[in-house]
Amino acid sequence: MTVDHAPPDISGISQQTLSVSADAPDLEPIASAATRRRSLPRGLRRATGPVLLLALWQLFSSTGLLPSNILAAPSAIARTASGLIADGTLPSAMAVSLQRVTIGLAFGAVAGIGLALLSGLSRLGEDLIDTTVHMLRAVPFIGMIPLFIIWLGIGETPKITLIALGVAFPLYLNVHAGIRSVDDQLIEAGASLGLTRWGLIRHVILPGALPGAMTGLRFSLASAWLALVFGETVNADDGIGFLMNQAREFFRTDIIVVCLLIYSFLGIAADLVVRALERLLLQWRPTFTGR
Amino acid sequence: MATDVHGPLTVPAADAVRIDGLTRSFDGRTVIGGLDLTVAPGEFVALLGRSGCGKSTLLRVLAGLDRDFQGTVLVPRRRAVAFQAPRLMPWKRVWRNVLLGLPDRPPRERAVTALAEVGLEHRADAWPKTLSGGEAQRASLARALVREPDLLLLDEPFGALDALTRIRAQRQVAEVWQRRGCAVLLVTHDVEEAVLLADRVLVMDGGVIAHQAPVDLPRPRDVGDPGFTRLRAELLDRLGVGAPAAAATVTIDAA
Repeated sequence: MTVDHAPPDISGISQQTLSVSADAPDLEPIASAATRRRSLPRGLRRATGPVLLLALWQLFSSTGLLPSNILAAPSAIARTASGLIADGTLPSAMAVSLQRVTIGLAFGAVAGIGLALLSGLSRLGEDLIDTTVHMLRAVPFIGMIPLFIIWLGIGETPKITLIALGVAFPLYLNVHAGIRSVDDQLIEAGASLGLTRWGLIRHVILPGALPGAMTGLRFSLASAWLALVFGETVNADDGIGFLMNQAREFFRTDIIVVCLLIYSFLGIAADLVVRALERLLLQWRPTFTGR
Repeated sequence: MATDVHGPLTVPAADAVRIDGLTRSFDGRTVIGGLDLTVAPGEFVALLGRSGCGKSTLLRVLAGLDRDFQGTVLVPRRRAVAFQAPRLMPWKRVWRNVLLGLPDRPPRERAVTALAEVGLEHRADAWPKTLSGGEAQRASLARALVREPDLLLLDEPFGALDALTRIRAQRQVAEVWQRRGCAVLLVTHDVEEAVLLADRVLVMDGGVIAHQAPVDLPRPRDVGDPGFTRLRAELLDRLGVGAPAAAATVTIDAA
């Protein structure tokens, strides 16, 4: 239907309306979101996948399709886990591993974020740091283990260094990218409001870089866990990796699985912490949460 | 009147802006070439021009955001800018955005007072991304006003608003200006808006003020007024759009 600027011809329009209603399109209802599927609570729905997988595993083990020297049954693993917890082996191993990750994460974060700030905020810093970091990043840090052992011995230092290294690079890259992606217009607006250089960094650049930093933190945590596993399986006399290595000698797949589960639970716990941190720090950002 | 009695102004009290022989080039291309302009305290000046004529560059120079120029530019120390995009910091609640950059951590009430002036006090605690376009633009205006400027620079602040919101925002700016009595430089490409709000309309062309017209119409102004129509036609002509006063654009009575 076209309506132009000409004075409206009433009779003409009413005729046209009639002709339109003569072959009206089929109508369909759009379901209101309130009435749409309301079956299960979110938490329960999320648990169905893992529970189903576990049930299937138990079924295969019980029927003998999955021999215990390949992979122990969930029930056997649960028994082993409670035994390891009861005699204190698992808690002490966990404490040692957690301590390593925490210290490594702290060192790596300070190095990664510090370097990113230096190179993100100043051009001189970028010229000095950025290329160097990218060059070092190309070296697979797991491959540095032999060198670390030669340089730092076989105590805690090489393990923590390995974790710190794994943490520093993803944090550096994402924080640097975050700083550089801050909207130029906002910086200009900040300057027009009379913010000093430090004020701009504090109120505009750093908050703007935060989403990038959180992404970096997630990558870093994954990397930290990987570094921990490598560090602890290559040479260690305590920690979860050591427990796992020892179990391998005796074909104790149940203990190995318990250790793997601990690793993954710790990983999930760390991710939950980051998520909570994101909810707190990035609440200004409306995001798509799925349907 | 927003005359500063405490500290000395950067310009003599006679002018709110004085520009002598301002020249600004980008890579050899001269955008502003030997421009002179004075704005009286409390005067509302609208700056018209085709896109790319350098009007936004002039505003950026006055705001102190562009310093690669030649010539003399004198502006009040207390000046504020509202940009075409609201440019609120998305990570700060609206009231914190309003107070951003002010010295000595002013209390929240100051932001709320400024927000009330643009009818937005109920959104003081909102995150900027949850504001509508008009609300965000008003918050940006409140952020400029809280600085109690002697010179308010507006860079097409209504450009991105829909027609109805724009009319309300224009009225609000007119009210605020009458209440505060600060000098205003409004950069716009909307001739009607310029004639509606300004004491004096400047047309920028070829890097200088090519034409200026005082607007002697009584306020509040009526777009249907014969004097209004005549002035708009004259300005459109100056801008190279010598069209007859098109009835299609005069749809809403914005008196």
